[in-house]
Amino acid sequence: MTKEKSLIEIRWHGRGGQGAVTSTELLAQSAISEGKYAQAFPSFGPERRGAPVQAFNRIDAKEPVRIRADITEPDVVVVLDPGLLDKVNVTSGLKKDGWVIINTRKTAKEIKSEFGIKYPVATVNAIKIARETLGVPIVNTTMLGAVVKVTGIIKKESAHAPLEKRFGRLGERNIKAMETAYEEVVIEEQ
Amino acid sequence: MATRVGIEVSIAIADAVKLANPDVVAAYPITPQTHIVEHLAELVANGELDAEYIPVESEHSAMSACLGSAAAGARTFTATASQGLALMNEVVYVAAPMRLPIIMAVANRALSSPLSIWCDHSDLMSVRDTGWIQIIAENGQQCVDNIICAFRIGEDQRVLLPVMVHLDGFTLTHVIEPITFPEQSDVDKFLPPYKFPMPLNPDKPVAMGDFAPPVIFTETKWAQEMNIRASKKVVVEVWDKYEKAFGRKYSPVEKHHSDGAKVVLMTMGSVGETASVAIDEMRDEGQDVGQIRLRLWRPFPFEELRETLKDTDVLIVLDRAISFGGPGGPVASEVKAAFYDQAKKPRIVSFVGGLGGRDITVAGFKDMVKKGTEIAKSGSKNEYEIYGVRE
Repeated sequence: MTKEKSLIEIRWHGRGGQGAVTSTELLAQSAISEGKYAQAFPSFGPERRGAPVQAFNRIDAKEPVRIRADITEPDVVVVLDPGLLDKVNVTSGLKKDGWVIINTRKTAKEIKSEFGIKYPVATVNAIKIARETLGVPIVNTTMLGAVVKVTGIIKKESAHAPLEKRFGRLGERNIKAMETAYEEVVIEEQ
Repeated sequence: MATRVGIEVSIAIADAVKLANPDVVAAYPITPQTHIVEHLAELVANGELDAEYIPVESEHSAMSACLGSAAAGARTFTATASQGLALMNEVVYVAAPMRLPIIMAVANRALSSPLSIWCDHSDLMSVRDTGWIQIIAENGQQCVDNIICAFRIGEDQRVLLPVMVHLDGFTLTHVIEPITFPEQSDVDKFLPPYKFPMPLNPDKPVAMGDFAPPVIFTETKWAQEMNIRASKKVVVEVWDKYEKAFGRKYSPVEKHHSDGAKVVLMTMGSVGETASVAIDEMRDEGQDVGQIRLRLWRPFPFEELRETLKDTDVLIVLDRAISFGGPGGPVASEVKAAFYDQAKKPRIVSFVGGLGGRDITVAGFKDMVKKGTEIAKSGSKNEYEIYGVRE
């Protein structure tokens, strides 16, 4: 008898210093604040600013998360830096019907034909949103909004308190960036 | 009212130490323990924790400072990992015979060389015979609970021994997960103030850690052995009291569908959770398998292990360390010793894996149980199997 699977695994791709690890922390804390079970962890080891990095989430609405192995077959991948698309195989191991959420000003159609991605794609111009709301091109909190919209794994309001705690007086602007991406993310029709 | 939060396990450990209200923290930062002591330093610096934080120049000095502070009657905490634990080793041995209940978190990490910052249990095994009580945590909640328990166990007047709480480096230290924190007032009720019976005091001089000629040395070691053996009763008692107070239960050997199972997998540390998923899947497929997790490494729970495995045919033991040129995994060796004189015993198959952070997946554990069961049937000329190695 197979139990209905309630575990969702997410892999974030970014570069050292872009805040992918922070995104996973905020998402896990938001889910936990809803009473769900979640893990956030970096790719363990030394990190270098600018080098491709990964960070991970496991979120389960029903049961405690027990698996502590690496995530090799994610349900969702998130790409903070579109410059990684021709350097890293971001869809490696991605489950069938798994989503790719990309920070890009291009459309899903353009991205898919350019990089040969055969998965459903959601796009958001997070750089633009981050520049306009935060004044800096740091997209980790912005992309959080896109991930929340595409996956529906938490209510977006649940991210408010973790964002405020993390960023203090800049919390409000990060919340705005997150919410703007939530509204503007373009989810490819299936 | 207990609070459930999403928090990095290292930070949670520091917060648990704060709940225990130590007088002295002496530590030197080392990956992957760093966040624990950084956060403790922060808590002391911003006035949230009223303790002396001694930023020493090495781990050897950290443990030396801990010896002094514990001997003066101060509640004392430190944390280290790997090379730090190795550098501290000489002084680690001193604490137990001097009956100093220092509490230490060890963020398990491989020993050099080659250099690895990732987890295995080679550092843990390097302090096996130091006379410390050693508890192994498997997730963040267990770290928090057992840090609090460790103070009460170590400081019990029947025990007065140092206690290590081991947790896997990175796999636990750097993960954010849900952890429930007890209220300060409840911890205060659970953990009585530390009263060291013979503290260093210029007005009432005492001698500690004296010179022992052959005429007395054996007696001191036997006393030490009787002391740690007797501590197991108190460890179990404290865990039972903790369950009554906070609702979470711990025991020296923890069972997961092992009762009546013919094939049992034994793990120690954070891999136990991943392995439990593999065991559940195999049971769903109709296989007669179970799992045990070793929560108490020293004193070793011989009786509990024999009792738990009395109906088991095959026991598969995973170690995350090698005793080079020896019998294989150190945990498996202990388990074999526990059963050598028994008329009825399981066939014990020893695997070594997960070295230097090598991942073992759910599928990996299923494969290990399958291979182990085959080896138990067919026999093997090897003392142990090294899991997943490229030869």
